[in-house]
Amino acid sequence: MRLPSALRGGVFVALLVSMPMLGLQHWFLNLLVFVLMYATMSSAWNLVGGFAGYPSLGHAAFFGIGAYTLALFFKDQVLATGYEPFLLLPVVGLVGALIGWPIALISMRTRADVFAIVTITFLFVVQTLAFNLHDLTGGSQGAALPIPPFAAGQYELPFYYVMVALLLFTMGLTFATMRSKVGLSLVSIRADEDKARGVGVRVIGVKVLAFSVSVGITAMVGAVWAYYESFIYPQFAVDPLITIAMVLMTFLGGRGTLWGPVLGAVILESGQQVLTYQLGAVQLYLIVYALLFLVIILLLPRGILPTIEDRLRQRRRSRRTEAPAAVWPEDPAIPSKADTVTTRGGGAA
Amino acid sequence: MHALIQGVILGILTGGVYALMASGQTLIFGIMKVVNLAQGAMVIMAAYLSYQLFTTFGMDPFLAIPITTLLMFGLGVGVELLFLRPLRREDKSELSLLVTFAIALLIEGVLSVTWGTTYRSINTTYANSSWTLWGYQITVVRFWAFVLSLVALGLLFWLLNRTRFGRAVRATVQNPESARLLGVEAQWVSALGFGLGAATAAAAGSIYGLLYPFTPGSHYDLISRLLSIVVLGGLGSVGGAVIAAVIVSTSSAIVAATISPAWSEMTFFVILILVLLIRPQGLFGSVNRGAI
Repeated sequence: MRLPSALRGGVFVALLVSMPMLGLQHWFLNLLVFVLMYATMSSAWNLVGGFAGYPSLGHAAFFGIGAYTLALFFKDQVLATGYEPFLLLPVVGLVGALIGWPIALISMRTRADVFAIVTITFLFVVQTLAFNLHDLTGGSQGAALPIPPFAAGQYELPFYYVMVALLLFTMGLTFATMRSKVGLSLVSIRADEDKARGVGVRVIGVKVLAFSVSVGITAMVGAVWAYYESFIYPQFAVDPLITIAMVLMTFLGGRGTLWGPVLGAVILESGQQVLTYQLGAVQLYLIVYALLFLVIILLLPRGILPTIEDRLRQRRRSRRTEAPAAVWPEDPAIPSKADTVTTRGGGAA
Repeated sequence: MHALIQGVILGILTGGVYALMASGQTLIFGIMKVVNLAQGAMVIMAAYLSYQLFTTFGMDPFLAIPITTLLMFGLGVGVELLFLRPLRREDKSELSLLVTFAIALLIEGVLSVTWGTTYRSINTTYANSSWTLWGYQITVVRFWAFVLSLVALGLLFWLLNRTRFGRAVRATVQNPESARLLGVEAQWVSALGFGLGAATAAAAGSIYGLLYPFTPGSHYDLISRLLSIVVLGGLGSVGGAVIAAVIVSTSSAIVAATISPAWSEMTFFVILILVLLIRPQGLFGSVNRGAI
């Protein structure tokens, strides 16, 4: 049943790379670019919010920081090839990570409550700064980026492939994390931070590292977004809705998993585009988003993928009839119900 | 010097309202260990309610306080029962943050759909009158807002220190396990406590609506201030929140008067960072248990 992960990854990459060659229409390619952006950001959020259990509410601030970093760098410039902003992405990521580092260092000394407080306050501060620092950001009049000199017929393609690269980078990083000491440390922090510290996990270092990498990636996505839009306003560049989207997608798909955030992004972002056309008003989808979020947390707190995996495991076990009971949860990130499942026999699937 | 003293006066008067909002927030944290990110949204919602009562019935916002307070108390209890109680215990602190954030957005969305996103303000007949005392301006609204906030805070303290319910709350804050062992119904204390927090938000919201123009999005501004205040006072400490509110609003008024209004909005963030660096448990917070 389980495909080897290498094969799964290969199929995924081939699918992503070949998708634009099917002669897709512009609106669909545009949708894909946004899905990829959110998939990347959710995967990034997952690194700290999913694995370590520190729910950051301020990631949107770093999205905006990335957007404005790129805007500042290319202020009043004309591009020769149009690929220069993409080459600057690593620098943007570094800027995001460097700003995130002290914030993580200060706010992660205590527990998740204070961390959330600092990150949400930081979000508001960055938004206010984006409005007030007219010289840097243009204030509420917005800031212009250089117009990408790509042919109209293939305008989306460069953005699409850059986002594919960023997503694969982030997923690769997640994959590597899950199989390394860092990943194990993060999961142990989420399970019980005191005990983790007690057995010698370098909790502060690992948390701060995860946060910095996570916000660095978010800043890069912000930069790509800014270049794609080519004109940015503070209320869209630093938007709490971006934070909530990242969190929501991760939770829907399954936090602490490799594929969960991507699945969540595919479902929700395409859903949101449909909703926007259907409902129009921004406020309405604020309500829809919030309600959806509440429903997911209450009814499906572990997300789609872990729930499905549980069901499958349950079914396999019931088929094997009386298998030995000593079964460990496969994914240490999920406090599994596996031990109770054996006795119940699993008729639910 | 004149500007400075004027700033201090303004800061103390405004501090009363923030103290009211923050005391509810810190109370909720003390009882349930939940950081209520919807507190700001509840304040703004109450402001809209009294705006509506004022425009349709001509009811003075100060008189509307009992009505908004009762309504929001009910809402608070409902939110606790519906959304916070079902959370599983092991990741409650993490999920409750997200749940209250979602509730804040839900309230923002409902307010925007109902009243639109333009600024509203409650223009009473006394909105622009003020007294002059030795050359310092004191606006009538701010004065009464301060007095009423003190009255509401007094009521809250009476409730916490002199009633049976208050004793149950204080016991839960200090040690939930022991309180349960001694027969305190923790579930009901949580629900009523969350309602009480929402009620203080409502009282403060009616007053806030008189002092400032507001939009549904104003709650971001409020929540960051409130959180800084609550962290400075010590999470869970009501007395600490009151003192911290006065400190934060006075220093931000001083910055506005002496440096620039634009930077005064940053004051609370600077204070928040300083607190976390120097004394992470806040002025009156204890490291493990709550304090009232």
